[in-house]
Amino acid sequence: MPKDGGIGAPTRRREDVRFLTGTGQYSDDMNVYGQTVAVFARSTVANGVIKSIDTSAAAAMPGVLAVFTGEDFVDVGGNPAGWLINSRDGEPMKEPKRPVLAHGKVRHVGDAYAAVIAETTEQAKDAVEAIEVDIEELPAVVNMKDALSSTNYVHDEIGTNQCFDWGWIEDNRAATDAAIKGAHHVTTLELVNNRLVPNAMEPRCSMAQYNRANDEYTLHTTSQNPHLTRLLISAFVLGIPENKLTVIAPDVGGGFGSKIYHYGEEALVLAAAKKIGRPVKWTSDRTEAFLTDAHGRDHVTTIELALDAEGKFLAFRTETMANVGAYLSNFSTATPTFLHGTLMAGNYTVPNVYVNVKAVFTNTAPVDAYRGAGRPEATFSLERVIDKAAREIGMDPIELRRKNFIKPDQYPFASAAGLEYDSGNYDALMDQMEKVADVAGFEARRKASEKNGKLRGFGVNAYIEACGIAPSNLVGVLGSRVGLYDAATVRVNATGNLSVMVGAHSHGQGHETAFPQVVAEMLGIDPQSIDIVHGDTSKIPFGMGTYGSRSLAVCGSAVVRATEKIINKAKKIAAHMLEASDGDIELTDGVFSVAGTDKSVTFGEVALKAYIPHEFPLEDIEPGLEETAFYDPANFTYPSGAYCCEVEVDPDTGKVSVERMTAVDDFGNVINPMIVTGQVHGGLGQGIGQALLENTTYDENGQLLSASYMDYVMPRADDLPFYTVDHSQGNACTHNPLGVKGCGEAGAIGSPPTVVNAVIDALQSGGKNVTHIDMPMTPHRVWSAMQNA
Amino acid sequence: MTKVSMTINGKQVSGDVEGRTLLASFLREDQRLTGTHIGCDTSQCGACVVHVDGKAVKSCTMFAIEADGAQVATIEGQAAEDGTLNAIQAAFQEHHGLQCGFCTPGMVMSAAALLKENPKPSASEVREYLEGNICRCTGYHNIVKSIMAASGQDVSAIAAE
Repeated sequence: MPKDGGIGAPTRRREDVRFLTGTGQYSDDMNVYGQTVAVFARSTVANGVIKSIDTSAAAAMPGVLAVFTGEDFVDVGGNPAGWLINSRDGEPMKEPKRPVLAHGKVRHVGDAYAAVIAETTEQAKDAVEAIEVDIEELPAVVNMKDALSSTNYVHDEIGTNQCFDWGWIEDNRAATDAAIKGAHHVTTLELVNNRLVPNAMEPRCSMAQYNRANDEYTLHTTSQNPHLTRLLISAFVLGIPENKLTVIAPDVGGGFGSKIYHYGEEALVLAAAKKIGRPVKWTSDRTEAFLTDAHGRDHVTTIELALDAEGKFLAFRTETMANVGAYLSNFSTATPTFLHGTLMAGNYTVPNVYVNVKAVFTNTAPVDAYRGAGRPEATFSLERVIDKAAREIGMDPIELRRKNFIKPDQYPFASAAGLEYDSGNYDALMDQMEKVADVAGFEARRKASEKNGKLRGFGVNAYIEACGIAPSNLVGVLGSRVGLYDAATVRVNATGNLSVMVGAHSHGQGHETAFPQVVAEMLGIDPQSIDIVHGDTSKIPFGMGTYGSRSLAVCGSAVVRATEKIINKAKKIAAHMLEASDGDIELTDGVFSVAGTDKSVTFGEVALKAYIPHEFPLEDIEPGLEETAFYDPANFTYPSGAYCCEVEVDPDTGKVSVERMTAVDDFGNVINPMIVTGQVHGGLGQGIGQALLENTTYDENGQLLSASYMDYVMPRADDLPFYTVDHSQGNACTHNPLGVKGCGEAGAIGSPPTVVNAVIDALQSGGKNVTHIDMPMTPHRVWSAMQNA
Repeated sequence: MTKVSMTINGKQVSGDVEGRTLLASFLREDQRLTGTHIGCDTSQCGACVVHVDGKAVKSCTMFAIEADGAQVATIEGQAAEDGTLNAIQAAFQEHHGLQCGFCTPGMVMSAAALLKENPKPSASEVREYLEGNICRCTGYHNIVKSIMAASGQDVSAIAAE
């Protein structure tokens, strides 16, 4: 039984109170004296040459304070890609400059080429309309296959639309080819991983202030990682010294990846605030969000699975085209490569894996990590082709997976795709899934659905992902330009309460509740006396932020290390106070005592002593009680799961409804099971959305046809079922102090193939020989597939 | 500019607005009631739901002058004076019905309107009623559960911690 407020307790979230009473402080909720407004002029064509821009009329409009164009930023740096990928021939990837404002050419609809700063939003919008721009429209490059053969280049200076042609692992290629050639059976599947828009409910917003007195800037912005944003602006884009720039991400209304990245709007408001000497705020509207937030997924893939006569997997070979859009967003080159290719052995003992990824520039919005980031793409390809293979060889899909699972005695397990899995038990997950989902009862439910004129299908999936990114030494070798540790400072105040400064940022994940549970458990004190401070570079030592399900595994580990240092020092102080040796001091329930005696002091007394160090042994102990730790993980963490769902398909309309959805995950140890369950729910909602509803559609001219909630189908409450979520089968991570693996993305990784597998099963049960339908499986697509079968 | 007066959360207020000023903007910018959020441009997301004369309204679809003389209730007025959460707010916290919190004010205000009309809604009635409120974080499971719990129904059969 966990302690109330300690590790393992479903503690209710303290942050909820402000969100439930309308007192949260999101970026757009803040207004400061003298604030002005920025509005951007954005391209209405996907590809074009900027022949001229005349801003004189706009600049003369009422309330206008400044107008910027790309010309104003030619001497500053570009927004860089954070990961260098080398092609199979050893050539480095192509890295065209991504400017603050487009200069010379516009490259996607929504590409900003000018910005107006005015007293009010209305004045700025009116002035944007008065900018006279002559853009010569060129044919757009939209389709990836066409882009690779076209001489119409998104970036003329690189002379190709291919960013890189990457092989993983290149040395495995020949063996993989040979295994496929000689196999008893090969299953091939062509599939599309549909392009998605992350759609955090809070649109992006950035507000910059400049203080001329000390040449300091403050940027409030919707970011998942304020230190990373500061680093990019300082080191690459504007060159503002890091010690002169404070980046604050206050309450942030969801991210899902889209708020990891630095965007040009942040640089623009900073430059503008300095130029006009007043604060400048920009708030995205939803259309701008659709046009300019980094999108997700967008892979076109062919995958082959080779099997022997018994159904053992011999090889997976994958060819993928990955859209990177018009410019390289910060993690866009890592997402389709190392976050995707390294997972292409899945949960299986398969000996041969080879992945080829061609990244393609197109005249569309940049594409980058979205919830799952590469792992959903890997899992979708693997688990769809496995399901297809099971049908082709006439084996039960659960049995085929079990036959190839890595077994519990095989850890640590070196996968054929280059990772070392530390722990797991995939059969146990599958057992639990079969139990809690009542798989045995499916046939009866299918018959009941048939009576109602519906086709019922069952789909299953097993996934593994790599989280807790990442060991800096490893990712450095692989091309990462950043380290992926995290940091925490634990400050014990004189009166015994604590401020814990963490590099992870909370924008829905409940860190303000979960992190104190860890510290409270370690110190044996009331969690309510511990506050988490996050999202402000001026208050926190450093941090790489929140993404890749890393907050607890990496930053939480830094919190543990810093708390351990606190305990060590506090024991020294207690030993001094109790006239004992440090080694004899024990900490239990917030009380330091001398082993085997009744002599003790409380944690609060030690804290006070640290700050009122009368009769203090200054030669041995410094005053104060504050410790910082940086934690760099030894390996990735490897959450895994077994998912299943049951769908009903209306044979007359093709409409699919998800009737039951079960997620059984191994997240290692769990700190707050309520929050973990909520994270899985959210991932499932997004994954079912991808499978059935969501699609980002550009026409052949590069116009985004799905740029509003009238056109892009967001999952709503009546599109989704209740879920069954189980994380009872955890196998602790072996290399971080909490034994945690990460839970933020699992639902979005595990659910899409599960839903597709179930729909295929439903159609097959209705006598329709449909082997694949691309997502989203809209009624039209399902109905058409049935008609053509 | 036109002068408007209305009662917001029981308090008489007035201000000068343009004809095009939306009620959402009036609440956020003139009245500094920033709990009402704006999440889209097409009246789809529901983050801006408030009550006008007792009815749930998307405050981005209504001009401030249309609310002249009206009784307006926003998220800021839902808890008791001493900060005690009302039944819906408390249920959202108890059942983890929110994550990032951005859609939450609209969800709570929609839920209040629903429970006024239908004091014991079924799960599917809750889901149908929330058609106009988008949440990207929760997958809706715990929102539906929270609203049913707030209505006094036993939700123990709906799985979760």
